[in-house]
Amino acid sequence: MSGPSTLFDKIWSSHAILVRPDGATLLYVDRHFVHDGSGNAFRMLKERGLAVRRPDRTFATPDHYVSTLSHDLASINEPHRRGVVEELEANAKAAGLTLFGLSDRRQGIVHVIGPEQGLSQPGMIIVCGDSHTATHGALGALAFGIGASEVGHVLATQTLWQRKPRNMRIVIDGTLAQGVHAKDVILAIIAQIGAAGGVGHVIEYAGSAIRAMGIEARLTICNMSIEAGARAGMVAPDDTTFAYLHGRPYAPKGADWDAALAHWASLASDADARFDREVHLDAAEIAPMVTWGTSPETAAPITARVPDPASAGDAARRDSIERALAYMDLRPGTPLTEIAIDRVFIGSCTNSRIEDLRAAAKVLDGRRAVVPAMAVPGSGLVKAQAEAEGLDAIFKRAGFEWRESGCSMCVGMNGDLVAPGERCASTSNRNFVGRQGKGARTHLMSPAMAAAAAVTGKLADVRQFPMRP
Amino acid sequence: MQPFRRLDASAAPIGMPNVDTDQIIPARFLWRKRSDGFGHLLFHDLRFGDGGAPKPDFVLNRDVYRNARILVAGRNFGCGSSREHAVWALYDYGIRAVVAPSFGDIFFNNSFQNGLLPVALPAERVAALRALLEQSPGSSIAIDLEAQTLTGPDRAVDRFEIDPFRKECLLAGADDISFTLGYRDRIAEFENACEAKVRWL
Repeated sequence: MSGPSTLFDKIWSSHAILVRPDGATLLYVDRHFVHDGSGNAFRMLKERGLAVRRPDRTFATPDHYVSTLSHDLASINEPHRRGVVEELEANAKAAGLTLFGLSDRRQGIVHVIGPEQGLSQPGMIIVCGDSHTATHGALGALAFGIGASEVGHVLATQTLWQRKPRNMRIVIDGTLAQGVHAKDVILAIIAQIGAAGGVGHVIEYAGSAIRAMGIEARLTICNMSIEAGARAGMVAPDDTTFAYLHGRPYAPKGADWDAALAHWASLASDADARFDREVHLDAAEIAPMVTWGTSPETAAPITARVPDPASAGDAARRDSIERALAYMDLRPGTPLTEIAIDRVFIGSCTNSRIEDLRAAAKVLDGRRAVVPAMAVPGSGLVKAQAEAEGLDAIFKRAGFEWRESGCSMCVGMNGDLVAPGERCASTSNRNFVGRQGKGARTHLMSPAMAAAAAVTGKLADVRQFPMRP
Repeated sequence: MQPFRRLDASAAPIGMPNVDTDQIIPARFLWRKRSDGFGHLLFHDLRFGDGGAPKPDFVLNRDVYRNARILVAGRNFGCGSSREHAVWALYDYGIRAVVAPSFGDIFFNNSFQNGLLPVALPAERVAALRALLEQSPGSSIAIDLEAQTLTGPDRAVDRFEIDPFRKECLLAGADDISFTLGYRDRIAEFENACEAKVRWL
């Protein structure tokens, strides 16, 4: 490749099978993850008499529709939910895909198990019929969500037609204050650039604050790239990435590991690479964040107040704030820390990994939730790890329900719903109208902040909670 | 897939920004099959009250907009979840084009897979079109894909941009898969070369 290029440029050009004169590019897909929402794509294939081209590159797990009370398939009472889980297992079996099924300890949220198994690796193109696929970009991959037709296309051809998005770099330098986590960083980014701020771009997250983060924190950041409108989010692979991958079940071994490492080390953006857009944030200025409205861009520091529509710059903005406040049942000027909540959800592909559970448990240790609360680990292995560390006992003593892995209350497709009118402090990624259930009101925040909300019954500033070391 | 060439049809304004795919079709309906049809579920919770009765204030429940085939929307239309059901719901209802200042990326791609045309125009023009539709409810917008023009109720003509590949597919009603299968050998060649280099995959 000529000239300096970005991490994204390098992955893109090395996967371009052909480029039409009009720019449309046929990209090769290294890994394809499928979940229990892929029934329509498999049917499309069947109707055309097409087979899965590369079953060895396709990995399946049920996550959206699974019960978090039990992973016994028969315990899914609703036939339509049980049906889609059974259908995925049947499709995987028929096509010869690797399946992490309900009875497998490796089952979990697709964006948790890809990295956990070492399936998601630097330099890859990874796709999945789910918008949070950008998560895998934390390992230095180009990973993005696709729709059902494109899932069918990848199953049949292992390729996708794409037009190259633009490069955007978000640089976060400095040190995060105590009580401030990756979730706060990504919410601060979305608040700054807006829910459409990254449309048409792939974001590379860079800067000393990102370099200092572990992979799980980077996964949280990349996960919500779509909430900033971006096609994908990624972090250049470094020693942290390599140490994370080493020894994982699907990571390369022996001589392959050495070859992989040499390749991965060449992927980082060249020092003089150009980005179409750059955004800078000072890590030290980021406070614990919560959302007050019905788009993730309505994130604000916990010390702020509910905004006043009257002070909005234009009529459209005023109307949008009014609409959000009406749905959320909030009054302008109310300090965010005075907002009482009805329920807490800790989980989702954004925040259900072991470090998330540890951060929440640290706040909950020796305290009790005053509202109903549940913790849903991201995978069977995360759950087992948490139990080995005794975190389950801390959650249970604090009054939390300790559930089986799955997407759960982030999207409610398995029946884990927030009741109409209820207000939920949630570690998930979307506070859309009706997202956690019809009429449900969602406030997004970090696991530590959700734990603080659970024990106070209000949105709370976790920095004011003395913690055991 | 039905080809898209020209459309001259009544349009409805939906001014809210960030209309996400959860609002276009709530998650609880996603388990259904494509062949079940999704038009009756479009904007379900915005369109229907708790008892299932149409909400009179929702734009598509007003007689004059009920048969709209074009939506004129706010910024970031179709953001959020990748659910293609959002496009299926719009299409099955009868919507053939959505005009907005910007779109969610995945929704935008999904639209082309189903013969729904997303048209991006500058925010001021989209706002002006919505105002025209509110002033003269039931008025029409004409879209000519070949010429890449959109003619508003005020007869003003805007040119819009579209990816030539997507345009070609829409005009032909062609489907990506059959097109790509024509490149089978190129794909296999690429695959073999890659696997010789990256053995650990």
